[in-house]
Amino acid sequence: MPQDIEWPRNDYSRVPYRLYHDPELYAREQERIFEGPTWSYLCLEAEIPEPGDYVTTWVGDTPVVANRDREGTVHAFVNRCAHRGAAVCRAARGNVRVHTCIYHRWSYDHAGNLRGVPFHRGIRGEGGMDEDFDMDRHSLRKLRAAIFEGVVFGSFSDETEPLEDYLGPMMRGHIGRLMGRPVRVLGHQRQRIEGNWKLYLENLRDTYHASLLHEFLVTFGLDRATQKGGVEMDARHRHNLTYAHAGSDRDEDARAAYGRQQVRAGALTLRDPRLLEFRREYEDDRNLAISTVFPNAAFQQLNNSLATRQVQTKGIDAFDLVWTYFGYADDDEDMTAHRLRQANLFGPGGLVSMEDAEAIEIAQRASRREAGTTVVEVGGKGEISDRAYRVNDVPVRGFWSYYAELMDIEPPGAVR
Amino acid sequence: MIEVEARLAIADLFANYGAFLDADRLEDWLECFAEGCRYEIVSRENLRRGLPLALMLCENKDMLRDRVVSLREANEYSVHTDKHVIGGLRIKEPVEGGFAVEADYAMFQADAEGTGSLYSFGTYDAECELAGGAAKFRRMTVVVDNWNIPHMLSTPI
Repeated sequence: MPQDIEWPRNDYSRVPYRLYHDPELYAREQERIFEGPTWSYLCLEAEIPEPGDYVTTWVGDTPVVANRDREGTVHAFVNRCAHRGAAVCRAARGNVRVHTCIYHRWSYDHAGNLRGVPFHRGIRGEGGMDEDFDMDRHSLRKLRAAIFEGVVFGSFSDETEPLEDYLGPMMRGHIGRLMGRPVRVLGHQRQRIEGNWKLYLENLRDTYHASLLHEFLVTFGLDRATQKGGVEMDARHRHNLTYAHAGSDRDEDARAAYGRQQVRAGALTLRDPRLLEFRREYEDDRNLAISTVFPNAAFQQLNNSLATRQVQTKGIDAFDLVWTYFGYADDDEDMTAHRLRQANLFGPGGLVSMEDAEAIEIAQRASRREAGTTVVEVGGKGEISDRAYRVNDVPVRGFWSYYAELMDIEPPGAVR
Repeated sequence: MIEVEARLAIADLFANYGAFLDADRLEDWLECFAEGCRYEIVSRENLRRGLPLALMLCENKDMLRDRVVSLREANEYSVHTDKHVIGGLRIKEPVEGGFAVEADYAMFQADAEGTGSLYSFGTYDAECELAGGAAKFRRMTVVVDNWNIPHMLSTPI
């Protein structure tokens, strides 16, 4: 039983490997996290600008459609016909007046309400449904949909607090900073990583790994732990933001710090340095700001590369990562070219992100039969709180504390 | 009508292109490209929708060199062995000093223990230039048909 998870410490500085490999826990996560009192990222409003536009996506293992009705309201529902369970929308995206399942042609409106059942009354009085068949009771399963700054979220639970409260001031500030102007979608990238989805959520909250695993950052002087920066979390430590300020450290200090770790700070230069050029476009001078929203999304800025990332679980040992890159609607041609160039930094082939997939896959493979725990105590044990420095993985413990709360597997005296 | 010599030079270029990548001879692979080249890996998904984002974009040969230096010096990625199978060469139309060409590819990948899988398949949409009996790519757009990239994209396709 999942409840028998033993946390050796109540501050989540030790995480049992079993959490990445136990199929019972995975089923419980689907129910208590993805279908629980959380808001999951679905898409950007800019992907469904017109009435009838839809995208298909996933919340955990559940297929979901987000779409816009004729009045402009965005709705979300489970992409599974109320009749026999077939996917109603089969294309990745499109525009339709009604959603019709191909199997028996049941049709639904944009809100997911059942509007048509062929041969409802049979043919010449023969066949069809009994008199008591009630169309209103056979809608598609609906999610609550909510929008913040052009980002569409969905929730399965009536218990979930309003989206703005769920995000909290810290995350509203970050998303508002990136998404507070009309955006233009530049394209998507998709990646199948053979590892448990939580390894990725941890990775996103682990500032410690960034400049050690992603040698490009330090070798080419793009980002290093000697810069002014840190991590911030919401009150419940379920979301986090890692940030750094441009030009806030000295080359000598970086060389000294990394020299001791066999990492060559600033050892190489690019023949085409435009890849690393930072054009300041916000009031602050942060050139790196990557946040995660529990349970399935990240919002990223590195220099002028902007993207959302969505995690879609594909069983206990795989997940898809869907990247949606964007710029602003008023970007000129040169700025768009600059963003497309800097997209080389991220994604499945990203110069500073390809390593994450490898780190996750080798951790998944090597820990399968391990009864022990990981070690999470960079930046200290005990209290889970913000840090104004970069060498830390404290938000990883924040993730686990909220995860354990939702899963009802908290240790006695759990730190939250 | 393209001359036989030119056709053979373009076929040799594709054969070398795949063989250099498979042998991890990335520095030799760079010499398959002309100096003013553009190299891009794009998903069929974005291409169909007219979205400009690439999976890998090198707007000139220096960016291509930077990518190779980064793979050699700064990136960590899966231990893998690649095999390209390239076929169906189509010489499309003459462009200044060369030809627009297409070919299809399948690329298989084996891991450190020799377990293999189909990693990528798609189309090479390219422009070649011919000089001194040899062909080089002036533009190479790799269009990936299985655009949900397995694992990660390290070695170019």
